[in-house]
Amino acid sequence: MIGIFGKLRSKHDRAVLLLVFWLLLALIGPLCSSYNPGAISSQPVFSGPSTAHLLGTDYLGRDTLSRLLDGIRHTVLLCFASTLLSCSIGTFMGIAAVTSKSWVEVLAGRVADGFLAIPSLLFALLVIAVFGTSTVALIMTMGVIYMSGAYRTSRALSQSVAQRDFVTMARARGEQMTYIIVQEILPNIAGPMMADIGLRFIYSVLLLSNLSFLGIGVQPPSVDLGSMVRENMLGVVYGSPAMIVPVIVIAVLTVGINVTLDSHGRKD
Amino acid sequence: MKNSLPKLIGKRCLAAATSLVFVVVTVFAVTNILPGDATDALLGQNATPQTVAALRHGMGLDQPIFFRFWSWLWAAVHGEFGHSLLNGLSVADAIGPRLHNSLLLAGAAALIAVPASLFLGITSAIWKDTFYDRIVSIMTLGVVSVPEFVIATIAVYVFSVRLHLLPAIVDVGSVHSLGQFLYAFFMPVTTLALVSLAQMVRMTRAAMADTLSASYIEMALLKGIGPVRLILVHALPNALGPIVNAVALSLSSLLGGVVVIEVVFTYPGIAGLMVDAVSSRDVPMVQACALVFCVTYLILTTFADIVTILSLPRGRKA
Repeated sequence: MIGIFGKLRSKHDRAVLLLVFWLLLALIGPLCSSYNPGAISSQPVFSGPSTAHLLGTDYLGRDTLSRLLDGIRHTVLLCFASTLLSCSIGTFMGIAAVTSKSWVEVLAGRVADGFLAIPSLLFALLVIAVFGTSTVALIMTMGVIYMSGAYRTSRALSQSVAQRDFVTMARARGEQMTYIIVQEILPNIAGPMMADIGLRFIYSVLLLSNLSFLGIGVQPPSVDLGSMVRENMLGVVYGSPAMIVPVIVIAVLTVGINVTLDSHGRKD
Repeated sequence: MKNSLPKLIGKRCLAAATSLVFVVVTVFAVTNILPGDATDALLGQNATPQTVAALRHGMGLDQPIFFRFWSWLWAAVHGEFGHSLLNGLSVADAIGPRLHNSLLLAGAAALIAVPASLFLGITSAIWKDTFYDRIVSIMTLGVVSVPEFVIATIAVYVFSVRLHLLPAIVDVGSVHSLGQFLYAFFMPVTTLALVSLAQMVRMTRAAMADTLSASYIEMALLKGIGPVRLILVHALPNALGPIVNAVALSLSSLLGGVVVIEVVFTYPGIAGLMVDAVSSRDVPMVQACALVFCVTYLILTTFADIVTILSLPRGRKA
């Protein structure tokens, strides 16, 4: 293990490795579960761990482990999709704002700044009130919210790169805007940008969990980590794993990536 | 002088006004973007083309969008937010007392969080890389990394379920004395303070550590200045700007925290009202709550930015 981590010198590589781990768990995990996440077993509700149900049962007597794996799938995939959306568009717009100074970019900057004036959870509430809680609406909402952050980061990062000679050179050659953005600037800001993407992923996990916990995120019969905590709140009295384990999984997921990104932030 | 102090503050206020316009337009646009409108929700299955047309005319929905925006804004400025789609009650009447409750909760939490985070942030920057600093860093990173409801549910589990010390639900009506106030508010306020504190501690620490690594601090140290004078006279004034800024930015997490805390403790505040309105898709209520929240947030951040400008000599030139 130390050998592997020794090779992955930069924090970005390790954060990416963690992200890949969670993605794999989200994709493969549900295939390994021995119960249908919606199936109600013969066990009493909030039963403790047993050999049949490794993490016990939830408030309806369903297998907690199967639901947990399904919940991880929803949380990770939804947040990954929204991060992909926000960071791809945000990064592109950020570099474009530095590369060209047309009024479209100026306007985009103003809009991005404006979005920062609205707290993210509030904006999510506002949008969900109108568009409902469908999967697409959730992904789009979180995507739009964190787009302005990605935009600002990439704009700040590409500011110095855009001044370098090879960009001037490419411009002088008469290259297209898209070419300069994708081929010249993007590779030079990719490293720090990865760290930003990791952070945005964490933010969206936090936001989605909060929304689902409030009952306005992922809706039953689907389940994610936040809504799992919500529906098993009664189990807190019995110290049920159905309520405690999803809390721990959220913490491990977010703290893990945060620590990876943070620990080297000081040394680099 | 090109950038005098009043000019900078004026510039900041102008930026705030721009943000305000953006916020107001966004709130209106988002809630009017859908093809269907309130008449569908109100009439439901009874909708015939005639009743829809009559109601649309009655509600002014057949007017052009700019006119509607203007009359909506005009009414909102006068505290008239329309009526709830759910029960027909005046939105302003529903929000009034709950806004007071929310401000009480957030204000009490800020009163604890701001001094505590300044203390923790500054001390951990001074004793950088010690055991104390590491503990504070790990704790705050942990709090920043988990959703707010996790902290709140842990608090409920420990203090209400296990220890039977504090109530899990806040009964605002029963508060008549300071003792009852502390009893009812202790858990929600401390939880909210803890949630918003973490980010502030981290940013304060970063700002202070940044200042302490400057060469003039080393110079002052070499001159033989005592540690108290070094911190208070040399370092703190220069770190003040970033610290105030950090506090302002953390107000965003305070607002996010208010939403979750109010729901967990079934606290009768405006955030809980908004979550209920979102679940039932009560658009006028959501609009009004969002406006109140955003304007409060905007006022706080603008105020903090002006304090930053006033406190930082460098800021006057920037």
